[in-house]
Amino acid sequence: MVRYILSKFMFMLLSLFLLITATFVLMNAIPGSPLQSEKATSEQVQKNLEAYYGLDKPLIVQYGTYLKNLVQGDLGISMKKKFQSVDKMIAQSFGYSLRLGLSAIVTSVVAGSVLGILAAMHHRKTLDNSAMILAVLGLAIPSIVLAPLLQYLFAVKLRIFEVAGLNGPMDYVLPTIALASGPIAFIARLLRSTMIEVLNADYIKTAKSKGLSGYVIVMRHALRNSMLPVVTYLGYLTAGIITGSVVIEEIFGIPGIGKYFVQSVTDRDYPLIMGITIFYAIILMVTRFLADIAYVFVDPRMRVSGGKVGK
Amino acid sequence: MKGSFRKPAQLMLVLVVALSMLLSACSGNNNKPDPSNNGGAANGGETKAPQEFRFTLASEPPSLDPALMTDAQSSIVAAGLYEGLTRLNTSGEPKNAIAKEITPSEDGKTYTIKLRDDVKWSNGESVTAHDFEYAWKRALNPETASEYAYMLYYIENAEKYNTGGGTADEVGIKATDDYTLEVKLYTPAPYFPSLLSHYTYLPVNKGAVDGKPEWASEQATIVSNGPFLLKEWKHEDKLVLEKNPDYYNASAVNFDKVTISLINDENTVYNLYDTDKIDWIGAQAGSVPTDRTPQLVKEGKAEITSVASTYYYLFNNNKAPFNNAKIRKAFSMSVDRQSLIDNVAKANQQPAFGLVPPSIAGVEGKMFREMYPDTDFFKEDVAEAKKLLAEGLAESNLTALPEITLLYNTSEGHKAIAEAVVDMWRQNLGVEVKLANQEWGTFLESRKAGQFDIARSGWGADINHPINFTYDLIHSKSGNNDGKYNNPKVDELLNNSLVAATPEESVKMMAEAEKIAFAEDMGAMPLYYYTTVTMIKDGFKDVISDYAGHIDWVFGSKE
Repeated sequence: MVRYILSKFMFMLLSLFLLITATFVLMNAIPGSPLQSEKATSEQVQKNLEAYYGLDKPLIVQYGTYLKNLVQGDLGISMKKKFQSVDKMIAQSFGYSLRLGLSAIVTSVVAGSVLGILAAMHHRKTLDNSAMILAVLGLAIPSIVLAPLLQYLFAVKLRIFEVAGLNGPMDYVLPTIALASGPIAFIARLLRSTMIEVLNADYIKTAKSKGLSGYVIVMRHALRNSMLPVVTYLGYLTAGIITGSVVIEEIFGIPGIGKYFVQSVTDRDYPLIMGITIFYAIILMVTRFLADIAYVFVDPRMRVSGGKVGK
Repeated sequence: MKGSFRKPAQLMLVLVVALSMLLSACSGNNNKPDPSNNGGAANGGETKAPQEFRFTLASEPPSLDPALMTDAQSSIVAAGLYEGLTRLNTSGEPKNAIAKEITPSEDGKTYTIKLRDDVKWSNGESVTAHDFEYAWKRALNPETASEYAYMLYYIENAEKYNTGGGTADEVGIKATDDYTLEVKLYTPAPYFPSLLSHYTYLPVNKGAVDGKPEWASEQATIVSNGPFLLKEWKHEDKLVLEKNPDYYNASAVNFDKVTISLINDENTVYNLYDTDKIDWIGAQAGSVPTDRTPQLVKEGKAEITSVASTYYYLFNNNKAPFNNAKIRKAFSMSVDRQSLIDNVAKANQQPAFGLVPPSIAGVEGKMFREMYPDTDFFKEDVAEAKKLLAEGLAESNLTALPEITLLYNTSEGHKAIAEAVVDMWRQNLGVEVKLANQEWGTFLESRKAGQFDIARSGWGADINHPINFTYDLIHSKSGNNDGKYNNPKVDELLNNSLVAATPEESVKMMAEAEKIAFAEDMGAMPLYYYTTVTMIKDGFKDVISDYAGHIDWVFGSKE
């Protein structure tokens, strides 16, 4: 297990290094510069700016400096938001995205599981059908449509919630629903199909014939085995959701991290592009890693093969 | 099997409780309750009630350091935080602020400025002439890397110092005593008092700024001297300003609290207005959704004001076919601007035949466009355009037009306009023009490098003076003249306008230059003068869109 974790970790470091290098090269290859503006600046002012941010040096030197600073934990300062340090910008905005993301994940798992279990237990009955119609709707309606709809209905017309902002617990409700609707539907369908399969397995039939109640069977025996695909999906979902959604953040006026993915590139804000990419990569790697480990714990079969897991 | 889930409602209840516990736990540590927020929202009718004004900005100010500011967002916030020597009144005229007296010398090149002695920084120190000298020299210091340092180039040796060729001591700014500032200019600049209201000319507090480049990026380290103090700056979320009790003219300030939320989505902004969470939309402080504009204007809920910005297309004057004036004219004369405005732009913009917008001041209280209308520069005339196109082609020894591409920066709005214009050319001239769009950064680079036939352009004013739209855009030496329009006669007029004896003469020469550039040469293709659509809640007074189309809220009030 230790060897497995260690090799995974080394692999992660290597991928990260390759990613940093690729991003650095690509970012400098796109036309435009963080220092350009629509209004013409004199050549000298442009030079002053370049000197100030070290952009006057050869790319390879800039790359070296960046790596050196990075190793020391310094992500640099933004070139657009004057003198705001990139790590602080990421930390502040990630706080919002993380809180909203966790709320959406918990909602997705709980609501998705309940819907899925109910549907599986009432297979081919009204409850199953209605749950699955709901699930199809949840998957089909994109958040760019759902979010303004929720906002208009519950904030503007009914005035139950605020239009924008993330200042109190109530403010989480609408963006959480908008974020979670897709995942809820996905989890519900996933869990339903695996659970239907599991419920037909021999050991469940044995349990039933022993006279155990439906509740005990589902909770103690069927659920654990049905959760496997959900755990896999969760690793992917977590990374996607806690790094923020541009659409949801825009519509609900949430100062999260999602918008920086687009904005930093539009602004050609080099330090921010690098910082955001590295941050996202780490989140993605760590969550996938955790999902791999969780897999080992949920599925006893995995433990036997030790180091070969996850490939 | 059925027994256990007979009551799904119970399970849902557990779920909701669990979720709300999680949420309150999450929000508990980071969202401190803000009691002042609730107090301000109470819509008391009494005059004693604290006055609050709330609006949104699409993005947060990149910097609140006067030397580093370049954009509308920063200037809107800075107008409340800082006080300069002059301030523009609601008609766009410069009025003394910290300056008590501004006296030009006889040749108009030296200004002696007497300062008020009762203005304080938020750290308690007095605002003196030395603060201005320090601030301007700091903006010019090459190490500060100020993008707008060129706003100070009117001052003697300023450019030399900024470009690394001179020293700070040579620059023509001197505080002769604590409350007297002497400024030497290269040329007489009658609009200098107006220039003094620009944010690059704001003072900074040396103690707060020296050796701390990051001083203006957090609330705690900002030292200001204006009508409002920055109380809170939650990055990317909101800024809260409160009335500065020590402001020298505190009785003129009515708002006790101003909340600026940072919201980009225009429908969200509109919904905030609809639910009484903000008091204003428009003029760079949020924008009214285009599809709602006609209806809101008809109902009298929104108002349209002209703005000192021009929408135009650049011709590449160096490249066939647009190196020929007749072909340029043919293209420009075959566009129906009013139809473009009525059907596409839809905010009652004004057709443009020149570049200086109607809200730019002229001389003696008259607007520039009142004195020198652009309506006789050229007429939209399809028959004439066809004739000119044929003549132009003959002059250029062309049998047919080469492939022409219209380049614009990626945006739905610009796309709609470009498609409509291309359609007009197809209908009226029978020519096929291709469309291409590029993302902003790439677009700017292509346009600067002259890699286009026709390119979209827009220009807004930095100061309320026609020089912004003449010298800056049609002088062959201007770095903003991306179409490379070049007429020595125009250059000469513009050069002379800078050293003209009187403001009248100066403005007249600019007007003549503009007329040549369009009536004779059609160096570029003007389309329309921008407007801004604004909405304000009942009871607010003196909150306006200024000449440039930026919200001016500082001395507003609520009944």
